[in-house]
Amino acid sequence: MSVMRWEHFPHEADMGIRGIGNTRDEAFEQAALAMTAIITDPTQVKAVEKVEITRQAPDDELLLVDWLNALVYEMATRKLLFGRFEVHVKDHTLTARAFGEPMDFTKHHMVVEIKGATYTALRVAQESNGEWVAQCIVDV
Amino acid sequence: MDIALFARHTDYEWEIAPQGTMRVPAIIYADETLIRAMDHKVYEQVCNVATLPGIVKASYAMPDAHWGYGFPIGGVAAFDPHEGGVVSAGGVGFDISCGVRCLHTGLNTEDVMAAQKMLADTLYREIPAGLGSTGGIRLNQSEMDAMLLGGAAWAVKKGYGNVADLDHIEEHGQMRGARPDYVSEHAKKRQRDEMGTLGSGNHYLEIQKVAQLFDTKTASVYGIRENDVVVSIHCGSRGLGHQIGTEFLKEMVMAASLYGITLPDRELACAPINSPLGEKYLGAMRAAINCALANRQILTHLVRDAFSQVIPKARLPLLYDVSHNTCKVEEHVVDGRVRKLYVHRKGATRAFGPGHPDIPDVLRPVGQPVLIGGSMGTGSYILTGAAKNEALSFSSACHGAGRAMSRHQAYKTWKGRQVIDDLAARGILIRSPSGRGVAEEAPGAYKDVSAVVDAAEAAGLARKVARLEPLVCIKG
Repeated sequence: MSVMRWEHFPHEADMGIRGIGNTRDEAFEQAALAMTAIITDPTQVKAVEKVEITRQAPDDELLLVDWLNALVYEMATRKLLFGRFEVHVKDHTLTARAFGEPMDFTKHHMVVEIKGATYTALRVAQESNGEWVAQCIVDV
Repeated sequence: MDIALFARHTDYEWEIAPQGTMRVPAIIYADETLIRAMDHKVYEQVCNVATLPGIVKASYAMPDAHWGYGFPIGGVAAFDPHEGGVVSAGGVGFDISCGVRCLHTGLNTEDVMAAQKMLADTLYREIPAGLGSTGGIRLNQSEMDAMLLGGAAWAVKKGYGNVADLDHIEEHGQMRGARPDYVSEHAKKRQRDEMGTLGSGNHYLEIQKVAQLFDTKTASVYGIRENDVVVSIHCGSRGLGHQIGTEFLKEMVMAASLYGITLPDRELACAPINSPLGEKYLGAMRAAINCALANRQILTHLVRDAFSQVIPKARLPLLYDVSHNTCKVEEHVVDGRVRKLYVHRKGATRAFGPGHPDIPDVLRPVGQPVLIGGSMGTGSYILTGAAKNEALSFSSACHGAGRAMSRHQAYKTWKGRQVIDDLAARGILIRSPSGRGVAEEAPGAYKDVSAVVDAAEAAGLARKVARLEPLVCIKG
C-alpha cells in the first residue's frame, strides 16, 4: 500500500511542508508537492515541460533544502509551476526531474511566492513504522 | 511563554540570565500580555542568538517578536569583530533589506475618497504585484552591477524619482561596501525581471489616512497632519536577496566547523566578520540592500505616476524609508566606550534618537521616523526613535504587528472574497491577484499592532507619532 502523501504544518509566520513516502526518494517528491501546494493547486499543473536538477550535499537534510531551493530558483527564473517530480538520491547526490508548465494567470490560482526553504524544523528520517519523512519550513 | 522563565526588570523589560552556552543575557521588551502570547520558540531563539561568538551586551527581542528562522523575527544582536564577532546570514534573513517606505501625498482624506476606486484600480494596474509578476525594466550585466552598487541613487539617475528623495532614505539611498562581484549569477538572474515589483506574502502598498496624532510637534517636523493621506510601500530585495540568503546560509552552515563555531541551530549560520566568507557575505548582503532600495525607489516612481493619472495636482515627496532585515556597521556607546559594531536587525527597525548624525537635517531634531506596518484592517503607525534607546536595544524598535495565527490556520478560517467584502464595507478597498493570499493575510491573523507599539513606547524604544488607517491596499 502506498503511504505517499504530503501535508502542511503550521509555523507562526510562514508554512511547514512535509513529504511522506515508502522511501526517501518518495518523501522528497512529496515534499516538493507540498511546497507547490503553498503556491497553487498541484493537480491543476500539467506536465508539459521537464527540468532536470542535480544537487549534492553532505547530508540528507541539507540535500532536501538544496532540492527545494533548486525548485524555487527554477520556478522563479523560468516562470514555471511544477506538478510532478521524480527524485533519486544516492550517495549524497540527488538527481531529479520536475515536470510542469508555464505560469498562467488565467488558469492557475497562484497564492504566494516562496522566498526560500529553510533549515528550521528541518528533518529527513525514517520513522519506526518504516515511513520516510522529509520536512522543513519555507519562507513566504 | 511562561513568565516564570524571566527576571522582570520593569513591566516592559524581561531578562533571561545567561545559562548553558549563552555568552550574554537575553532581553525581551514587551508587556506581560505580549510575553504570555509569544511562542516558546521565541525564548529558544533569543537564547540561541546569545551563544554566538562576539555578541555584545545582550540578545534582544522587540515587542512584536515571533518564531523566526535562527533569530526570532524581532531579533536584534550586535557583534564586535575585535572579539571574534560574527555576521549571520540567518540573522539577516532571506528578504534582505525588506522595509517600509512612506510618501506624503499633499492630499487629504476627502480628496482621496472622491477618487478612491480609480486610485485603487490605477495602482493595481501600474504596480506589478504577486507571484510571477515582472517589472518593466530588464537589466543587463553592467546595469545590474551598477544598480547593486548604487541602490536608490542609481534608480534616481535612471529617472525614477528625484535627488531630494535620497536624503530621506537610510544610508542616503546607497549602501556603501556593496560588492556586486560577490553576488552569484543565479541571484542576478533571479532578479533580471523583478525590478520594480512588489512581491507577495505580507508585502503591500497602501494608501493610508492619518487617523490620529500622538505627538503634534514631531508630526509637524515630519510634515503630517491629521486627515492627511500618505502612501506606504512594504517590500524588499526580491529574488536577488532571497537567492543570496539561500546560498550564504548553506555556505555558512558548511563552513561553521572550520571556523570553530558551534551552531545551536543551523539557521543561525554565520561566519566571523573578519574572515573571507564573512567579508564576502557582507559585500553581497550590502548589494542586496541596494537592490531593495532601488526597488522601492522604482515603485515610488510608479506610485507617483499612478497618482498623477488620477489626481494631477498630487505631489508625493518621500517622508522616510526604513529597512528591517539588515546587518549594519554602527558606532554605539557600550560601557562608556564607543565601539564599532555589526548590528543585526531581523524584523526590527533602526530607530535613531534625536540628534543622530545619520538622520537627515530636517528630521534630526526629533529623531528618526520608524515606520511600522500593521495589517490590512487594523492600520499602521509612524513612531520616532527615542532618545535613550541606544542603551536599551542599540537604537532599535519593532517593525510590525507580527502574526498571531499561521497562514495555514488563516486560510482555513477565512475566505479571501469575504475578507475583501468585509473591508470594503468599512471603506477599505483591497486589490490582489490572489483571494487565498488575502485570506492568509486577513487582519485577524495578525496581533494587535497597537499593543506592540504601546509596549515599544513604554519600554523606551520609540515614541508614537501617528496612527494610519488604510484606504486602499494593493496586496501582492
